[in-house]
Amino acid sequence: MDPKTYKFDTLSLHAGYQPDKNAGSRQVPIYQTTSYLFDDVDHAAALFNLERGGHIYSRISNPTVGVLEERVAALEGGTAAIATSSGMAAIFLAIMTLCESGDHIVASSQVYGGTANLLRLTLPKFGINTTFVKPRDTQGFQKAIQKNTKCIFGELLGNPGNELMNMPEVADIAHNAGIPLMIDSTYQTPYLCKPFDFGADIVVHSLTKWMAGHGSSMAGIIVEGGKFNWMQNDKFPSLTKEYEGYHGLSFAEEFGPVAFTMKARAEGMRDFGPCLSPQNAWNVMQGIETLSVRMEKHCANAEKMVEYLLAHESVAWVSHPSAPDHPDYELAKKILPKGKGSMIAFGIKGGKEAGTAFINNVKLASHLANVGDTRTLVIHPASATHSQMDEATLKFAGLSQDMIRLSVGIEDIEDIKNDFEDGFRAAKKPKLVANK
Amino acid sequence: MKFKVNNEEVFASTGGRPFDKNKPLIIFIHGSGLTHMCWVLQTRYFAFHGYSVLALDLPGHGLSEGKSLTSIEDMADWINDVIDAVGFHQASLVGHSQGCLVAVECASRYPNKIKTLSLMGGAGAIPMNPELLALAENSDPKAVDLMMDFAHGPSGHFGGHPVPGLYHLNTGSMLVQSKEIKDTLGVDFRACQNYTNGFEAAKKLDLPTLSILADKDRMCRLKDGKKLADHINGSEVHVIKNCGHMMLLEEADQTLAILKKFILEKYPII
Repeated sequence: MDPKTYKFDTLSLHAGYQPDKNAGSRQVPIYQTTSYLFDDVDHAAALFNLERGGHIYSRISNPTVGVLEERVAALEGGTAAIATSSGMAAIFLAIMTLCESGDHIVASSQVYGGTANLLRLTLPKFGINTTFVKPRDTQGFQKAIQKNTKCIFGELLGNPGNELMNMPEVADIAHNAGIPLMIDSTYQTPYLCKPFDFGADIVVHSLTKWMAGHGSSMAGIIVEGGKFNWMQNDKFPSLTKEYEGYHGLSFAEEFGPVAFTMKARAEGMRDFGPCLSPQNAWNVMQGIETLSVRMEKHCANAEKMVEYLLAHESVAWVSHPSAPDHPDYELAKKILPKGKGSMIAFGIKGGKEAGTAFINNVKLASHLANVGDTRTLVIHPASATHSQMDEATLKFAGLSQDMIRLSVGIEDIEDIKNDFEDGFRAAKKPKLVANK
Repeated sequence: MKFKVNNEEVFASTGGRPFDKNKPLIIFIHGSGLTHMCWVLQTRYFAFHGYSVLALDLPGHGLSEGKSLTSIEDMADWINDVIDAVGFHQASLVGHSQGCLVAVECASRYPNKIKTLSLMGGAGAIPMNPELLALAENSDPKAVDLMMDFAHGPSGHFGGHPVPGLYHLNTGSMLVQSKEIKDTLGVDFRACQNYTNGFEAAKKLDLPTLSILADKDRMCRLKDGKKLADHINGSEVHVIKNCGHMMLLEEADQTLAILKKFILEKYPII
């Protein structure tokens, strides 16, 4: 006897939506509206008091966005999700739902540049400070925890250096300290890894990337695992104590495995308003419908590109967990059995000057500040996504001046390789073509 | 709120309003392995509309201390103890699934205290599938997966939770897994399996009774719910279409509307 609940590919297409409740519309309707009629005064009061579910105002929730939220929660194995206008909005909302002024975060040092700046420069303005730890320094996470630490945060595969955090061990460290582990799983998508299976408690995504997949729409999401017991200690009073904003409600008591999401929506969406537009939610869902198909091709192309780069005379080094010499090769086999993702970092011989020439001379690969498009993308992080960092911070974040970040698309692999040959050829004579 | 019953701490949600001894009491009794949280889309309405609400965590469940009670009869007596412990002389009971067995048994034992019964996804007996029972008693997570499959209809399986962003199956699964499976779900399933007095207890009842049933219920089938209702004199029956066993969440608005009408009429605020 086995449960007959729907599997991943089916959930990618169907989760969160029933056509018969929506005029028979097979596709998810786009509810392009700001607000929703109340049946009567009692109905309005019931919605505002959280007595019943439903929509009030699209800053708080929207039916189209709601389908996306349920779909991603289903795919991640989470209890609930809340979508946001971008991945950065998701991270900010998640942290502000957890932390108060005077609190502390332990974070991986190898994170997206925007995230690093949020943690390093912006959150201290709210009285929230961060200690950074290198992602492979598992015991470093333990040592960095303080009395006021409220979570450990990291990207499973660090951006852009591809260093893998030992998520199960870091989760144990977090849980022994009575705090949750929050993972940015943008690079993996739930197709490659479900962080809740490895001990994470909160997952955030930039849906803009592989989940949407087509480089068309900004979106983010927070997903709640539902296992973390907020009432085990007194570290999270805004979740466990009476909340003045809702008649003395205790989110943890009332909502248990969805308490974090309920607070993020009731407080964060109400007060900060980082809501996702229904059109963008719909666009993201078009991408999710083909997530598994695309991720298989992304990963297959990435592994072929790793082989190609490893053998190339112009390449100094290659970092991707599918490479047998990658320090995290064995751990990646355990955590990412279906594929190691399509982000490759490599160093080009000739340093920054050669890298500049390479990027300026590839034609198929797009030079832009995004990852996870169906198209192949390249960037030189030290002069773009991580350019606000000084030399020491760059080094601590695992970046070097010769590093090129490659997001492998799903074009024909031979076309990508041919394009790279043009780039490498130009890189050999950088002074002539660097500023072409 | 937390209070003591038989020297053990009990948790009950009061629906977001302070517990008030001057308002009529409604007690919500959850099903096997679950907690007070499954009632959130019913309790808050009544708490905000003139009633005192206790959505209980049975002993050993959710935030309540102690060990799980091993028989439906013990749970029925415990509900009576709860009413005494909070200083009331009467209450209205609302049960779901196993909670219906408890509510019916309690009302038959304490007819002077129980004023109305509202039964959701109930039956006169809930014999367990032997494989499912064994899995639950061995703390096998597959028991929870199977329960979530059986307990949900189309809304649960496809989605469409009334609260934006929540996903039925995983939320239910985490509620059950908040405690050791064998200590809650396993004990509860065994208590259901052993209970044989449901129809006899039902025949004794003489109080306003409501049955809310669902046509896609695979845990307590519609015909079993109707059979129980047939044994209760004057029982009112409502069937929710295209819905599974978890009607209190899957079709929360319909469930609340039926419950509101019944309770406001049969158990009014004086």
